[in-house]
Amino acid sequence: MASLRKFARRSFLIGSAAIAGGVAFGAYYVSRPAPNPLTPGEGEAVFNPFVAISKDKITLIAPRAEMGQGVQTTWAALIAEELDVTLDQVEVIHGPAAKAYYNTAMMGEVIPSKGYDKSSLMHAISEQLGVAGKLMDMQVTGGSTSMKDGFERMRAAGASARETLKQAAASRLGVKRSQLSTKDGKVIAPGNVEIAYTDLASEAAGLQPVEAPLRHRSEWKLLGKGQPRVDMPGKVTGTAQFGIDTRLPGMKFAALKANPHLGGGMRGFDAGEALQMPGVERVVDLGNAFAVVASNTWLAIQAAEMVEADWGPAPIPATQDGIRGAIRAAFDEAPNSTLRDDGDTSALPEGAQEITAEYEVPFLAHATMEPLNATALFDGTSLKLWSGNQSPLITRNHCAEALGIEAEQVEVITTLMGGGFGRRGEVDFSVRAARLAKEMQGTPVQLTWSREEDMSHDFYRPGAMARMRGAVKDGTAVLLDGQIASPVLLAQMMNRWFGMTPGGPDTAIVDGAFNQPYGIANFRIRGHAADLQVPVGAWRSVGASFNGFFLESFIDELAHAAQADPLEFRLDLTRREWDPAAKVLEAVKEMSGWTGRTPDGTGRGVAMTYSFGTPVAQVIEVADEDGMIRLKNAWIAADLGVALDPQNLEAQMFGGMAYGLSAAMFGEITFADGAAEQTNFPDYDGIRMHTMPAVEVKIIEAQEHIGGAGEPGTPPAAPALANAIFDLTGTRPKRLPLMHDFDLYS
Amino acid sequence: MPASLTINGKAHSVDLPGDVPLLWVLRDEIGLTGTKYGCGVAACGACTVHIDGVAVRSCQVALEDVVGAVTTIEGLGTPEAMNVLQAAWAEHQVAQCGYCQSGQIMQAASLLAENPSPSDQDIDNAMMGNLCRCGTYPRIRAAIHAAAAKMQEA
Repeated sequence: MASLRKFARRSFLIGSAAIAGGVAFGAYYVSRPAPNPLTPGEGEAVFNPFVAISKDKITLIAPRAEMGQGVQTTWAALIAEELDVTLDQVEVIHGPAAKAYYNTAMMGEVIPSKGYDKSSLMHAISEQLGVAGKLMDMQVTGGSTSMKDGFERMRAAGASARETLKQAAASRLGVKRSQLSTKDGKVIAPGNVEIAYTDLASEAAGLQPVEAPLRHRSEWKLLGKGQPRVDMPGKVTGTAQFGIDTRLPGMKFAALKANPHLGGGMRGFDAGEALQMPGVERVVDLGNAFAVVASNTWLAIQAAEMVEADWGPAPIPATQDGIRGAIRAAFDEAPNSTLRDDGDTSALPEGAQEITAEYEVPFLAHATMEPLNATALFDGTSLKLWSGNQSPLITRNHCAEALGIEAEQVEVITTLMGGGFGRRGEVDFSVRAARLAKEMQGTPVQLTWSREEDMSHDFYRPGAMARMRGAVKDGTAVLLDGQIASPVLLAQMMNRWFGMTPGGPDTAIVDGAFNQPYGIANFRIRGHAADLQVPVGAWRSVGASFNGFFLESFIDELAHAAQADPLEFRLDLTRREWDPAAKVLEAVKEMSGWTGRTPDGTGRGVAMTYSFGTPVAQVIEVADEDGMIRLKNAWIAADLGVALDPQNLEAQMFGGMAYGLSAAMFGEITFADGAAEQTNFPDYDGIRMHTMPAVEVKIIEAQEHIGGAGEPGTPPAAPALANAIFDLTGTRPKRLPLMHDFDLYS
Repeated sequence: MPASLTINGKAHSVDLPGDVPLLWVLRDEIGLTGTKYGCGVAACGACTVHIDGVAVRSCQVALEDVVGAVTTIEGLGTPEAMNVLQAAWAEHQVAQCGYCQSGQIMQAASLLAENPSPSDQDIDNAMMGNLCRCGTYPRIRAAIHAAAAKMQEA
């Protein structure tokens, strides 16, 4: 623990610490206390954990999971902006798992504040808390935090490297550093003398780092403009290497089969028949699962079906009704949290009309396009793991523990991910590959989950229920009292990651409800934690994924009860509380030409959710086509504070909406005997080309702080669609997925 | 039983049971990993390749049933020399996670081969079997229209 305390103390110091194996560099405090994981090669300068330059090339390290959100491109652009290089001059890599790459913004998210009303002091406290992330091996991609995390310190890393390169050139030329400028990877001296950064690497490596102030945004060349994604050429030519594309000499292909009764054990198995099948080499016991090792993944999957396993029962209710009952029962228990309690919700304001409603949403699978997989090689002492994951240090620690080796003996190579959505923050797929590799010492093995295994062994988006009570008077809302019941989520995740269960409120149960920027005088939100052992985890936008639907469906009901236009009703309530939320509503009003009236056969709905620091409003338009409801158009407005890459942000916004619409229309995981009843896309479909609406996106920069991008597009999608369906049909959707109660075009 | 295949213009001989789907011959035997496994039941389109120019789901074509020349995403173009569709995809910054895009592009290539200027309805009909969990559809649609226009010019 002494070292932990030392780290904690040092992490607040500015100006200490040399970096092992490289240049002592001091651009920014976070690069100091944790050792630089980059070891410079001959003649190579490693300026800080994020910039390395050799005589041949410039490498930028973007140690965040690229799962489609474009993070590596924008992260690299932050460095490149100050370093004065273009993205086509550099190689962008994920880099190793290392403490230096911890997420400074993630831990700040644990403060249960509303967010939009955070004072400067609260922001400062969040940042200080963020430093604790290093102690917890928080090299994590999640919570839409990457840009909040990297915005200042990556530019600082680039600026420092640039000035140090200038210092090297100044020394060589015998001029002052102030006489030099930089452009496109070169230092430019008086008399049009140009020296490439790569030519200065070995000299710069011997220098003390030079610090420099950050440029004003008016000087930006890359940031604020759409950058061609660095991963695009590979992804359109089939040459991008996802985890599942890892190929090593002598590698074997394995298929996993785990107990479908979630949480149940494995009493034993008979692999006799499977071992006779073509290509099959071994069947390996992995505790509560087994792996079939073969010469080909498909042969392994076929053989896995022929293994007779004796599975233990699941520790969860045997029926779907039992599971729903356990969630409903949580309403009878004391609340786990009351994170908003404004005014007095106990009495009905005089002259107000009371409205109540209940809503319910199902469990959901992540269903990333790339099924879970990992590849591992154990040589008897150390493990090498190729894994598309969102948490490399936590993955490393768990693999080490599973194999009984030191963490330093595990090397994690983080690959591109065919979707993450929160699923790849878990360690199960990596640990299973590691265990299998230990049984196959000296032979690399790729362990792939079939689609069926992937979908039936998820850490699901929890099912949830809401009981809402509200009141309207004089055309506006005067009371909103919501209760949300859902299984414990954060405690499950923390227990899996760190083996500890935090106390206190489970903010995931109420996120997207308690922290909505509506000025309602009497406003209370209580969360109720259901005691249910269904494995649950973070699913794109986490709690806001269901609370967006609950709150924004109910706000719509209140608006109709108040005989107000639903968009104007929201505008009024947000203007009283937080103007950026009103701004995104004004934007979709204008974009969609919202009049509050729709012709027969057309319906429109609006929703606004503030999540992960970003308010997002959506208007969705549906039409009756031969008795079926078809999505026609969508308009999205989001306030990111600073739009670092508008083209990519647009993609995140309509992509986030599409993910939410997929779930709202078709997504549902139900359980029988503790096993998921949906196992592949035919019974867990998503939105497709012909069901996706035309979409228009506007990115706004009105709020003071930089907002998240990967998740906030998802929460308003379901309620905007549900509200549009209400406008079209007059029937209020009370549960998801909508396909059960409405005839959707598909 | 050894089988012979022509993939991207090159002859290959593989020794695998005849019922192994083409997808897994490509990925695990020949090492062409651009073609992706998504569902194994022809429900997502990630494994789409061409056989004699026609889009097929390679997870449903057994090795012993492969008659004709196979083209995969790697045979369409390379990062240095992209096919017109791949270039349109890059121009429109279509891919997010990118995992389904090999299949999307192969399906689109098959569409444009038989219909050089598809309507939105034609695109819906041709592309509805290709699932994208990132929701890149608006840009896929734009890229197909752009590639079609480019091919008309040429």
